[in-house]
Amino acid sequence: MFILKLTFKNLLRHKLRSLLTMLGITIAVLLFGLIQTVISAWNAGVAASAANRLVVVHSVSFIFPLPLSYRPQIEKIPGVRTVSWANWFSGIYIDEKQFFARMAVDPDNYFAVFPEFVVPDSALAELRRQRNGAIIGAQIAKKYKLQVGDIMPMEGDIYPGHWEMKVVGIYHGRDKGTDESQMLFNWNYLDQTMVERQPGRAGRVGWYIVDIEDPGERARISAAIDNLFANSPAETKTQTEKEFQQSFVSMSSAILTAINIVSMVIIGVILLVLSNTMIMTARERFREYAVLKTLGFSGIHLVGLIGGESLFLACTGAAVGVALTFPISAGVEQGLPSGWFPVFNVEVLTIVLAAGAALLAGVVAALVPVARTLRMSIVDGLRQVG
Amino acid sequence: MEIPVLTNISFEIPEGEFLALMGPSGSGKTTILNLVAGIDRPTSGRVIVGGTDVTTLSESALAVWRASNIGFVFQFYNLMPVLTAIENVTLPLLLTKMNKKERAERAAFALEVVGLGDRIHHYPRQLSGGQEQRVAIARAIVSDPTLLVADEPTGDLDKKSAEDIMDLLERLNKEFRKTIIMVTHDPRAAEKAHIIRNLDKGELS
Repeated sequence: MFILKLTFKNLLRHKLRSLLTMLGITIAVLLFGLIQTVISAWNAGVAASAANRLVVVHSVSFIFPLPLSYRPQIEKIPGVRTVSWANWFSGIYIDEKQFFARMAVDPDNYFAVFPEFVVPDSALAELRRQRNGAIIGAQIAKKYKLQVGDIMPMEGDIYPGHWEMKVVGIYHGRDKGTDESQMLFNWNYLDQTMVERQPGRAGRVGWYIVDIEDPGERARISAAIDNLFANSPAETKTQTEKEFQQSFVSMSSAILTAINIVSMVIIGVILLVLSNTMIMTARERFREYAVLKTLGFSGIHLVGLIGGESLFLACTGAAVGVALTFPISAGVEQGLPSGWFPVFNVEVLTIVLAAGAALLAGVVAALVPVARTLRMSIVDGLRQVG
Repeated sequence: MEIPVLTNISFEIPEGEFLALMGPSGSGKTTILNLVAGIDRPTSGRVIVGGTDVTTLSESALAVWRASNIGFVFQFYNLMPVLTAIENVTLPLLLTKMNKKERAERAAFALEVVGLGDRIHHYPRQLSGGQEQRVAIARAIVSDPTLLVADEPTGDLDKKSAEDIMDLLERLNKEFRKTIIMVTHDPRAAEKAHIIRNLDKGELS
């Protein structure tokens, strides 16, 4: 109790220094939290991947389409439960700055293969019934104030011409990590329009999504699919959904590594700020520590005094930093261009890492002053001029 | 290079005595005091206080021994600036098994003894030098040690405050039977002691 009281009183001895140290830790923890949130957002697609989903793309590049006729052949492979497909549509909605994923999807099975997109059955029935029906994520609906029945006019780029999708439902994510910023419209609208406008591009899908019964069978099933279309005009490359998503993230792996290094440097900054304060503090109080030793106080008491002060500074600074991470990351998300990060959440792991790093810095920063104080003889300490 | 400070020093202080150690700066007075108080160790020889050879005690045992047997009075008071007078005086009692109430009563009594019963909640910065030294003396006697060691207790005080402090030490010696060893340069302070020893170039006379 006395150690706590003296620790607290010592903290208030140089109020400005304590405040600035805490502020330094707060800013460092906040930056660490924001950077880690950006990294998590970058990897959100990978994190949301399911082990039971395979993605089949053209072996040359996923920008080349595959024939729709592959579907029944893939379905016949033992272990395959459902086959669905999608095409990347892109297009321009309102203006070129409004970016979010727009895909034409198989209206019958797509939502069965992605159960994390929670949609009312009535909306699914409408999607199948309405040729230009579209189901949009809750984020899109909120951002553009869209409701069921509204028309979303689009200018095509990959698929040229004017398009009008009708909102027939709004999906919500099953959990916080689910992307709620996609527009998924009836694939038949794309295909039938292509028959009219560019018949050569009809009957083509961007990629297949294969739902398998046993994730342990993924290697065998992937090989079976690729073997099936070997030596054909459109050979396939089958990957797990995670590998498919990682192939996008890996394109920016150098940037991610650099960002990660910056976040590690920030941990170092926390340590330096705190160590500097603690070393100065202990040096000023060597004489007082010597008096305490003279009176019979042991090394444990001194460790408690110095360590307690260091930990209090680190933990208070970190707590404020963590508390600020939530509103500021929400502000950052608002400020980012639309669609940059469909999922931008501060993860529990980020908080644990930030708090753990601050705690570790609190302990490490106290090591040098504690060691010096314990090594110091009482006689030398009493001679010290504060 | 090792520089000998004290050589062939041997002396005894009977219990209840008041000894003044005098001598020029650098003669080794404070070193003797530190050895007797167990905050420094001799390179050879023995220091026996109240039947205990303090040179044989481990650091932790020495800390416990100091807490219950020695009261310290320093030239520059060495009070904790962030603690009030009573909190400073309570410090040595935190290492005992006394409860909070007992500690508070005992510390208040010690401050009464030194004449600061009305200043118990004052911080050191709110006290004069003489009053700070009185708080330091209260801290030294609060755990009822047998031996008080005082290193230049009047060295940082004006004449009047120095006299008051010496009167207080004399009273502690006479009324409370405390054995006192005091290092001083001041002949008037030394007059209060029963025994005066001079130290010069590491030799005691």
